[in-house]
Amino acid sequence: MIEITGLHKSFGEQKVLTGVDLQIPARKSTVILGRSGVGKSVLLKHIIGLVRPDRGRILIDGVDITKLGDTEINEMRKRFGMLFQDAALFDSMTVGANVAFPLYEHTNLKEKEIARIVAQKLEQVGLPGEEGKMPAQLSGGMKRRVGLARALALDPEIVLFDEPTAGLDPPMAEAIEELITQTQQDLGRTFVVITHSIHTAFHVGHKIAMLHEGKIIEEGSPRAFRKSLNPVVQAFLTPGEGKEEQA
Amino acid sequence: MDKISKTVNVIGEAVARYVNEMGRMLLLLIDIIRWSFYPPFRVDLLYQQMERVGVKSALVVVLTGIFTGMVLALQSFHATRKFGAETLVGVTVALSMTRELGPVLTSFMVTGRAGSAMAAEIGSMRITEQIDALFAMAINPIKYLIVPRVLASIIVVPILTAIADFVGIVGGYFMGVTILKINAGAFVANMEKYVELNDIYHGIIKSAVFGLILSVVGCYKGYTATGGAEGVGKATTESVVLAAIVILMANYLLTAAMF
Repeated sequence: MIEITGLHKSFGEQKVLTGVDLQIPARKSTVILGRSGVGKSVLLKHIIGLVRPDRGRILIDGVDITKLGDTEINEMRKRFGMLFQDAALFDSMTVGANVAFPLYEHTNLKEKEIARIVAQKLEQVGLPGEEGKMPAQLSGGMKRRVGLARALALDPEIVLFDEPTAGLDPPMAEAIEELITQTQQDLGRTFVVITHSIHTAFHVGHKIAMLHEGKIIEEGSPRAFRKSLNPVVQAFLTPGEGKEEQA
Repeated sequence: MDKISKTVNVIGEAVARYVNEMGRMLLLLIDIIRWSFYPPFRVDLLYQQMERVGVKSALVVVLTGIFTGMVLALQSFHATRKFGAETLVGVTVALSMTRELGPVLTSFMVTGRAGSAMAAEIGSMRITEQIDALFAMAINPIKYLIVPRVLASIIVVPILTAIADFVGIVGGYFMGVTILKINAGAFVANMEKYVELNDIYHGIIKSAVFGLILSVVGCYKGYTATGGAEGVGKATTESVVLAAIVILMANYLLTAAMF
């Protein structure tokens, strides 16, 4: 369980988070939805300790990660996997080396065992036998699959997704959504997905929370979220409807 | 009056920016020193960087050294001939190479080749979130990316300088003895007589400091790069210019302190 309380963050004069309160349940997919530039990525980076808040707490299984030192937070990060927006694959390494990277760095497994895990993770994301390719040879969707395989390499308890379908064509976005849903069902881990895509949110989320002007303004199951009476949520879910009525 | 205050303002801002940047670089250096002593020690990454910084810069350093030695011999021959001291060409070449030109030119060449590559590579990793990915995987990028590059530069630049010194002297010998027909015995004897081991040591020590400077500047500029591909290009250019300036300043200070 991840519990975020009163989280504030400003960059200079710009206030990005102004009191975020959110509970992220364990072993479920939680989607944080919001417009582009609203601070979703900043919130996600807080959860893994890449950004320190000005105020507020982030409890992960009761441990406040905002109070941890460099060494402790590094240990905490081993419980996480993260898929970055453009996958952030190491472009000087092959696909196989990318997926193997956390295993080499954090385990004492033998080469043969690492190769077996890499093959298994790549198969899990639908890219069997692609170990030898370089990231530059992959499409956007394939890069994200490899990114997910790398994020899952250490079998983390919590997996974070930063805009996993942004910039992909609709069939590819759908395939990635399906992969996230299927992986969550198979592994039963805690997934946190941030997106501006309503389609992605409803496809992958057990819980949806909306970030707007630095705060969570609505949260609940997909069904409850859709029925929200919050005008900002409704405007986000049905863009253009008001204009059509006016016309 | 308004113009004067504007000018003072612009100069003040530039100085503040420069001091701020130097301060940040110093903080990075402190972090580098701290992480250098923090296990695990990644010898594999160090070797990889020594190959990148050293082996791949060797040819350009050899060419720089040999032509510098030759032109030094040529210039000093024309100067010394006026008062019949052509046999001092060898010692002029050797002292110039070991004390000044070897360390400075080698570090310039390595800055252009490897320092700029450090800024470009790390800068590109920064803007594509690869550095964030390292953090997210519980790997400290300073330890993983920067420490091996800095240590490799400190080790390799002195070796390259020694090579540049040697080929520079060989180039000077070739020009002086073979082309300009200076007496080979006198050429070598004067060199032996006037060049001390300290001249070589001090040059090598200076080059280790230059290796530190060029790598810290290159890594710092890359690590703090912002603004997409344009930002990486800017960081790369700035790293070369700043490293060259800091190397020249450090060269003066070290020379004044050591010789």
